[in-house]
Amino acid sequence: MEYIAASIRDYIARNILFSGEAYPHPDDASFLDLGIVDSMNVLELVGFVENHFGIEVGDTDIVPENFDSVSKLAAFVARKRRQA
Amino acid sequence: MLVQEFLEKSAARLPEKVCLVCDGRRWRYAEVDACANRLAHALRDAGLERGDRVVVFLPNSVEAVVGIFATLKAGGTFVVVNPTTKERKLAYILDNCRASALLCSGRQQELAATLLSEVPSLRTVVLTGKEESVHRSPAMLSYDRIQEEWPAEPCAPVQIDLDLACLIYTSGSTGEPKGVMCDHGNVDFAAASIISYLKNVEDDVVIGLLPLSFDYGLYQLLMTFRFGGTLVLEKGFVYPAAVLERMQQERVTGLPGVPTIFAVLVKMDMTPYDLSSLRYISNTAAALPPSHITELRRRFPGVAIYSMYGLTETKRALYLPPDQVDRRPGSVGIAIPGTEVWLEDDEGNRLGPGQIGELVIRGRHVMRGYWGDEAATARRYRPGPLPGERVCYSGDLFRMDEEGYYYFVARRDDIIKSRGEKVAPKEVENVLYALEGVVQAAVIGIPDPVLGQAVKAFVVVDGRTLSEREVLAHCRANLEDYMVPRQIEFCRELPKTDSGKIKKSALR
Repeated sequence: MEYIAASIRDYIARNILFSGEAYPHPDDASFLDLGIVDSMNVLELVGFVENHFGIEVGDTDIVPENFDSVSKLAAFVARKRRQA
Repeated sequence: MLVQEFLEKSAARLPEKVCLVCDGRRWRYAEVDACANRLAHALRDAGLERGDRVVVFLPNSVEAVVGIFATLKAGGTFVVVNPTTKERKLAYILDNCRASALLCSGRQQELAATLLSEVPSLRTVVLTGKEESVHRSPAMLSYDRIQEEWPAEPCAPVQIDLDLACLIYTSGSTGEPKGVMCDHGNVDFAAASIISYLKNVEDDVVIGLLPLSFDYGLYQLLMTFRFGGTLVLEKGFVYPAAVLERMQQERVTGLPGVPTIFAVLVKMDMTPYDLSSLRYISNTAAALPPSHITELRRRFPGVAIYSMYGLTETKRALYLPPDQVDRRPGSVGIAIPGTEVWLEDDEGNRLGPGQIGELVIRGRHVMRGYWGDEAATARRYRPGPLPGERVCYSGDLFRMDEEGYYYFVARRDDIIKSRGEKVAPKEVENVLYALEGVVQAAVIGIPDPVLGQAVKAFVVVDGRTLSEREVLAHCRANLEDYMVPRQIEFCRELPKTDSGKIKKSALR
């Protein structure tokens, strides 16, 4: 799961924060609260986890419980991979 | 009616009714009114004087709602600023309107401390949230502490309907935002007019997906409180499935949105959700493509669809009565109740059906002007038919059909409309020019099926190599999210006009 979390942090840092640095927030920090995610970015995140981890994300999966922090998203990806 | 009375009258009539559903909590009218009274007393005690500007720099939240009404009760003028605004622009706005107080999150107390030292007029900061203020400066107050310590006694109003209720900052083509001055009379009139054509009733439950810093989002709050309804206030439209879930759960009757929201909704499978409570959908900020209207009509056959047009300078100007939407899906309709509009050519002649001209707006919704900018005010707000009155020149070109319905044609200036938000090319260009290595920059809008227009930047660099990532990182640090270019194109040279200005019409 650490590998999953690391990939997610890296993706967000590079493609959403456009930073060359490491992801600067704790894993459990809410993206919504931090204001770093909007409706466009969420779709990009969906695309990223589908392509990078080979999982399928349904419309009803796109909820804060699964997507709103690094740890939530990593847990969601891990669950999906176990189901596959 | 003064704007704070929208809340006070509903609180008197319906104290136990839930007025706000936000962040998993339900708030009753009496509770919100009490919270606003407490904050108002604290603001007055901190030195807030009649007419003083209070900047509310928060995401959609109960504290933002309370901040708005507390400011009014204390006699001040509220200014809601988009919470993704970066430091430079926030400082600009605070200084431009000479704000004396700022309401923001405790997580931003470093920023607040900096602003207190940089902005001469700023004297008071109210911080929300649990973080202890490390600065312990007497200028920094805690919102939670205020709610514990101050009485909830009503505040007698100190203003009249001619006084300013708020400033709403809007982008202009020069790049720096301007504050549209809205007096209480303007806001009350505009709210009442819109409520009447939407046929809002006390039982309406409105979902607020748009930022309170945007007039469309702000008025969902103001109008709902005015008619005694319930507002389901969301942080944004980030998680569509969660929004549909909420709409079902709260039995939402009204869905105000912008085209980017509807573009996502029409692609979703809505069968798992019971949305039978929905009574109306409204759209503004950009045109809803007829194909999306058709799709919305198909999915929500009994729901009234309101296509509308407005500008911050008058709040709203036109609306299409829902019974016309099938006949004229490309129209944005007629003047809102109690107002009038007409079209003029460049010489000021009034035009008839089929002719294209600038939309001119007349009514008590025409706002006071731009704060501190008489020149810009004079260009936009010009003398009307009767002595002493002003009408608003929209800067947008329209045509009218034989039956008097209006159709948007084009924006006069080159403002980009992306995701329903205005982006001034010059503002983005200014930021690009601030990046070392950039010698020329030109920003245009390119058509985008989802965003309306996408922001595209053309950049000419001096000798060094600059990567797209570096440019985007710089933009991201200095601009609101929706202003960051979606595409960067590096060029050797940009096309110029004879007089040496960059020729944007040659860029794609």
